[in-house]
Amino acid sequence: MDSQAINQILQKHNYEHSSIIAILQDLQEKENYLPEEDLEYLSERLPMPLTRIYRIATFYNAFSLTPRGKYLVNVCLGTACHVRGAARVLDRIKMYLGIDVGEMTKGKLFSLETVNCLGSCALGPIVVIGNEYHGQMTPAKVESTIKKYRKKSSRKKDEKD
Amino acid sequence: MITFTIDGYEVQGEAGQNVLEVALDKGFDIPHLCYHEALKPYGACRLCVAEVTSGKRTRLTTSCNYPVLEGMSVQTSTEKVIRARKMVIELLLARCPDVPIVKDLAKEYSVGKPRFAVDNDDCILCGLCERVCREVVGPDAITFLGRGSSRKVGPPLEINPKTCIACGACVYICPTDCIKLEENEKERTIVRWGRTLPMKTCVACGRSFAPWFQLEYFRKITEGIPKDFWDKCLDCR
Amino acid sequence: MRRINNPQELEKIREEILTRRDPNKPCITICSGTGCHAYVCEKVTEAFRAEIRKRGLEESMDIRTTGCHGFCERGPVVVINPEKIFYQRVTPEDAGEIISETLLKNSTIDRLLYTHPQTGEKIVREDDVPFYKGQMRVIFGNNGKIDPTKIEDYIAIGGYSALSKVLTEFSPEEVIDTIKRSALRGRGGGGFPAGVKWESCRNARGDKHYVICNADEGDPGAYMDRSLLEGNPHSVLEGMIIGAYAIGSDEGYIYVRNEYPLAVRNVGIAIDQLRDCGLLGENILGTGLDFEIKVNRGGGAFVCGESTALMASLEGQAGEPRAKHIHTVESGLWDKPTNLNNVETWANVPLIISRGVNWYTSIGTETSKGTKIFSLVGKVNNTGLVEVPMGITIRQIVHDIGGGIPGNGKLKAVQTGGPSGGCIPESLIDIPVDFDKLTEVGSMMGSGGMIVMDDRTCMVDIAKYFLNFLKDESCGKCTTCRDGTRRMYEIVDGITRGEGRAGDIELLEELSWVVSEASLCALGQTAPNPVLSTIRYFKDEYEAHIKDKRCPAGVCKALITYLIDEEKCTACGRCKRVCPSEAITGEKKVPHKIDPEKCIRCGACIAECKFDAIEVV
Repeated sequence: MDSQAINQILQKHNYEHSSIIAILQDLQEKENYLPEEDLEYLSERLPMPLTRIYRIATFYNAFSLTPRGKYLVNVCLGTACHVRGAARVLDRIKMYLGIDVGEMTKGKLFSLETVNCLGSCALGPIVVIGNEYHGQMTPAKVESTIKKYRKKSSRKKDEKD
Repeated sequence: MITFTIDGYEVQGEAGQNVLEVALDKGFDIPHLCYHEALKPYGACRLCVAEVTSGKRTRLTTSCNYPVLEGMSVQTSTEKVIRARKMVIELLLARCPDVPIVKDLAKEYSVGKPRFAVDNDDCILCGLCERVCREVVGPDAITFLGRGSSRKVGPPLEINPKTCIACGACVYICPTDCIKLEENEKERTIVRWGRTLPMKTCVACGRSFAPWFQLEYFRKITEGIPKDFWDKCLDCR
Repeated sequence: MRRINNPQELEKIREEILTRRDPNKPCITICSGTGCHAYVCEKVTEAFRAEIRKRGLEESMDIRTTGCHGFCERGPVVVINPEKIFYQRVTPEDAGEIISETLLKNSTIDRLLYTHPQTGEKIVREDDVPFYKGQMRVIFGNNGKIDPTKIEDYIAIGGYSALSKVLTEFSPEEVIDTIKRSALRGRGGGGFPAGVKWESCRNARGDKHYVICNADEGDPGAYMDRSLLEGNPHSVLEGMIIGAYAIGSDEGYIYVRNEYPLAVRNVGIAIDQLRDCGLLGENILGTGLDFEIKVNRGGGAFVCGESTALMASLEGQAGEPRAKHIHTVESGLWDKPTNLNNVETWANVPLIISRGVNWYTSIGTETSKGTKIFSLVGKVNNTGLVEVPMGITIRQIVHDIGGGIPGNGKLKAVQTGGPSGGCIPESLIDIPVDFDKLTEVGSMMGSGGMIVMDDRTCMVDIAKYFLNFLKDESCGKCTTCRDGTRRMYEIVDGITRGEGRAGDIELLEELSWVVSEASLCALGQTAPNPVLSTIRYFKDEYEAHIKDKRCPAGVCKALITYLIDEEKCTACGRCKRVCPSEAITGEKKVPHKIDPEKCIRCGACIAECKFDAIEVV
């Protein structure tokens, strides 16, 4: 993000140190992660020790220090979804995409994350891809569901995810 | 003055003091790993727990951050206290099986081989290093990263903290001795953080005595000191 | 809306709104909570709007998008007012027919009505649907009556009359006395008497007092607070303003979990509306009360639901809890006296003021007054949010309201209190739901998550699930919590993988004691509860895993085998096609076989098989 844009965010929050979480959330909006250069600039400009910024960025789940894929595959691991078999759905997704939670596929198309309860327990187990909710997910439906996104982004058959 | 008892003995402390500091001062040997008198108490290791009775309530609490109160009674070695302490030591031993200070505590409290899968760590996450860097020296170069079972201490990007002045305070204060300092005529390295800084030589005796970066840091935060103060080593000043 | 300068003007505006509204005018109410958004309810709304436009019916009927109605299992939910005709599983394609048949011809559409599971009878009115009949929806019921983004709707149902009453007839001490006499206990999990907390905060010395609404709702499976904040933010705000008056605060915060964008949006709109009409800001209703509210989003950390960690987060720090012998009512946010309450607790306040203490205390048990909203989820037919009087039994909630267990399942346990709570076995489901009773049996009320489990739920796996959650959500400061939860997880995980050893249960109990006694905050102190309660009531299951290397519920992968029953298999080949590890072999017309070496027990085949031919042994 260019420094102008970062300055605007700081302006919006009045350069308040106590608003650091909100500032980081705004910072992350564009790239979907927090680039090192942005955080270094933020440290100088706010100003705030870089250690505090990283302590916060690594403490809270909302932030990612590494780039994330075009589609965020978010598996709900709430208790209700767990009881309905979410763990097996997650295992299948890991197997199919070849990545672990917190990782991104080589072609940067998918990132896998988990969340503890989306509050749509009636549809559990539930997987959110991008902004779309996929309810009553089963291990058998994983492949066909994810394939739709590959198609959407017009990846060719052999092209990496 | 605040009067209270520790293990039945009457002692006195001042308002604002915590139980552990008074206890240690009076010779009571409450074990502790993350407490240091120069730093604000943190309460991470949980080793200094004691049973404290104030008014009608008795609670098991860390003594390093509990204030001294008039009429309180502190018990440092009740069955409950020992039971808790032993498990804390066992957990630390499972995390850091080769750390001398943890092994000594295990011996003292008859904690045998841990009943958990043993790691190979050398850091007990006491936070003394990051606290001394921030609270006493000032560069604020390292911090706690992550959370829960993946918590660790280090520089923001896990290597080469940009504000570290290689003063060695963290090396000195670390209870497990896992932060090492290496030095030769040309440079000094704080090994654990991957921080290497070039050394400055004394204009008088020609020996290297401190990293340039460190001297610059101190020069910037002090006032009214002649410039050539920073050009000579401690012996030659 | 114009500025409301005094209580009389508020009443005048209320009258004006009501006069403009015809209670008999048909209104199509469409549930638009996050749950129904997952069912793409916006398309249903669009379809209705398009139909009405097409037919030029804008003058004869209204559309209202509301917050969650609670019956999430049957979404998208549409209620036709004023008759309260309840339609379930409505699709955009149904819009035209609903308008033609129900709104214009007054006839109901059978396929969209709720069918009574035992009698087969079609139920027309919302109040007669068994799910709703057993409830007492004094707080949550309002969700269905209002568009949360329109303050006029809230005023139309009596909103802000409690605030008005308080500011004109009560002194701050009298408000506190009222809340004390109502015996309202915190709905976030702790169950601490709200009135006592308010009083301590008011009396604490400090030039600044803060009030906070804890909307961090982190218990997995609980989403009551979200639905309240999304669906009726004004009820919470009204409670907070009343609290601010009682406590002497001029600054409030709502800390909302990061994962709740719709709640953040709706409460933000509500606050803007309050500022516009002067119900927030300076000199509220001309009574001299100044109060401002800011909304803060969390960053994604369960521990921030703990009050001191929440305050650390508000101050822009990592969510590490602070020493508990320092009470936050005396020294909390920025070291000032702070009163923190849960969303549902705040929503109870206007109700207590409007309906009075006698009415409120007539509901509930001796020690737990009022109602509680639960999220009834898991292996239950009627998944959703239910509001019931304290004292109702778990059996009544699960069977009468929840409609029992789906399929052939048998009720095994009900988990309450989230990761701090415990499992209540089937044998105890006649206990009344009340703060103390639940604690007595080894669980706790918690924030209201109620997870129903059947005989295919492995209780050891549940303990592992919660420990896995806790070890990652722990802030990591205390050796006992950080290392303790991790080690407990390792032991239970080992048990589920067939590596359990004699002495594991005793070791878990020993660890549990230290973790709960020597940890700083409630996360660590209650972390052992799921393990302890499952050991207490399901020890035989642990022993089967440890001694016999067997998982009676058929869940733990390492201890089960999938077997195709040759008599039931029709060799249709479906299972073979979905198997990710090519473990199933079989030709056409020959019963298929699963190779146990290749099988990864993912469950895809069982889900696919239409003949119930695959068993778990």
